[in-house]
Amino acid sequence: MIDFLKDIGFSHDLAVLVAKSLGVFVVGGFGLLWTLLGIWLERKLAGRFQDRLGPNRVGPVGLVQSIADTVKIIIKEDIVPEGADRWVFNIAPVLSVMAVILIWAVIPFGPGLVGVDLSVGVGYIVAVGSLGAIAVVMAGWSSNNKFALLGAFRSVAQLISYEVPMVLALLVPVLLAGSMRLQVIIEQQYIMYLLAIPMTVFIFLTSSQAELGRGPFDLLEAESEIVAGFHIEYSGMKFGMFYVGEFLHAFTVGVLTSVFFLGGWRFFGLEDLIVILGLPVIGFLALIFKSLLAYIFLIWVRMTLPRLRIDQLLNLNWKFLVPLSLINLLVVAFVWKLIPDTDEIDSFGDAFWPSVALLVANIAMFVGMSVVLRERGRRERARIEALRGPVDDPGMGTNAVPAGTGD
Amino acid sequence: MLSDYGPVAVLLLISVVVGFLVLFMSRLFGPYRPTARKLAPYESGMQPYGQAIRRIPVKFYRVAVLFILFDIEVIFFLPWAVIFRDLGLYGLAVMGVFFFVLTAGFVYEWKLGGLEWD
Repeated sequence: MIDFLKDIGFSHDLAVLVAKSLGVFVVGGFGLLWTLLGIWLERKLAGRFQDRLGPNRVGPVGLVQSIADTVKIIIKEDIVPEGADRWVFNIAPVLSVMAVILIWAVIPFGPGLVGVDLSVGVGYIVAVGSLGAIAVVMAGWSSNNKFALLGAFRSVAQLISYEVPMVLALLVPVLLAGSMRLQVIIEQQYIMYLLAIPMTVFIFLTSSQAELGRGPFDLLEAESEIVAGFHIEYSGMKFGMFYVGEFLHAFTVGVLTSVFFLGGWRFFGLEDLIVILGLPVIGFLALIFKSLLAYIFLIWVRMTLPRLRIDQLLNLNWKFLVPLSLINLLVVAFVWKLIPDTDEIDSFGDAFWPSVALLVANIAMFVGMSVVLRERGRRERARIEALRGPVDDPGMGTNAVPAGTGD
Repeated sequence: MLSDYGPVAVLLLISVVVGFLVLFMSRLFGPYRPTARKLAPYESGMQPYGQAIRRIPVKFYRVAVLFILFDIEVIFFLPWAVIFRDLGLYGLAVMGVFFFVLTAGFVYEWKLGGLEWD
C-alpha cells in the first residue's frame, strides 16, 4: 500500500499518513457496520434470556431487523424540546458515537493489522473512552427536562466513580507487559492474562459494566424511576445515535477484554499460521470470537442481576472495588518483582512459572476478600436485626432490607 | 508523531462529519410538524413547571472531588507501570511510600464518613 502510493508520486511521510488513515477508516467503518449485526444478536439473546423469541419477523430469523429499524428511525419526526440548548443538544449524540469509534483506531486485529499502534495506547483508550460520560452529561443538561437532568447527575456520579477501578485494573496488564502499546501487550501473553490474574479481570468487567450503564448498574436510564434518563427528549436519528453508541461501547468493552486479558489475536498456537500461511484473517477471527465470548458474558450478567440503589452502587465502588483494585495492583507488582527472570519473557516456558505464582497470589487475595466480605455481611445483618428483629429470609419480606449486600 | 496521530485526527474528523450528516437525515426524510404540546419537555403528561436546570445536590459534587483526587493518582501510576521492570526494588519501595500516603488519606476519608451517600 505504502509502496503503491510512493509509486504514484506521494512523499514517504504523506504515503504513510494516507495508508494509516485508510486503515483507521476501514477499522472504524467495520465497527459501525458490525453494529447492525450485533444489535440483532443482542436482542435475540435478550429475548432468549427472558423466555421469548426476540426479533423473528424481518428476514430469516429476524436478521435484517436492524436495517428495518434504521429506516424507521430515519423517517421519524426530529423534535428539539422547547427551552433546550440547541447546540449542546445536537452535539451530544455525535460525541457519544465518536468517543467509541475513536477507540477502534488502536485495536490490533493481527500482527501488523492495526489502525495506529500508539505508544500510549492504554492511556489513549482511557482518555477517549471517558468522553462518553461528557456526552451523557451534555444530553441531560441541555434537554430542559427534569428526568434527563436527574439521569445526568446519576451518570456523573456513576461513570466517573467506576473509572478509577477500571484504570487501576488496566494498569496490571501494562505492568506485566511493560508497555502501553496494545500490540506488545498481546505479544507478551504467551499465557493469556485471564489465567494469571483473574482478579483483575473481575475488577475490569465489573467496572466496565458500570461504565456502560448496563446490567445491574443501569441507574442512569432506570425506566421505572426516571423514564429513560438522559436521552428522554431525543427522537429520530438522534436517539439512534445514542443507541448505536451504547451498543458499540458494550462490544468495544468485549474487544478490550479480549485484547488485555484473553490474548487478542492469539489462539492457542494458531497465530503462527498467520505468518506461515500469510492469512491475517485468522487473527481477526480469533479476536472477534474472544470478544463475542466476553460480550455475551456481559449480556448474561446484565440479564441476570437486578438494579442496585445509588448508595449501594457508590458503596460497591468506593468501599469495595477501589480498595480491592489498589491492593490487587500492589500484590501483582510485589509478586512480579519477587520472581526473578521476568525481564524477558519470550516463550511459553518463560511465562509458565510467573503465571503460576501470580495465580497463587490471586487465589490468596480471593480468600482474603471472601473473609472480609463475610465479616462485613455479618455486621450488616447484626445491624439490621438490631433494628427490626431477626431476618429469616433476607430480601423476601415486604420491605426487607437485604442483609450484607451492596458492598 | 504526525504519522501516529494524523490518522486519529482523520478518524475524528470523519466521525464528526458522518455523525452530523446522519443526524440531519431525520430532518431530511422525516416529517416536521411542531406543535406547542409536542415541543414541551416530557413530564409524565403533566404541565411542566419551572426551569429544569436547577441546583445540583452537593453529594454529587463530593463524588466528583473524590474522583479528581483518585484520577490524578492513577495518572501517576501509569508511567511507573511502564518502566516497572527497569526500576528494580527501588521503584517498588518508592511506590509503596506513595501508596501508603494515598491509603492513609483514603482511610481518613472513609472514617470521617466522606464515602457515605446519605
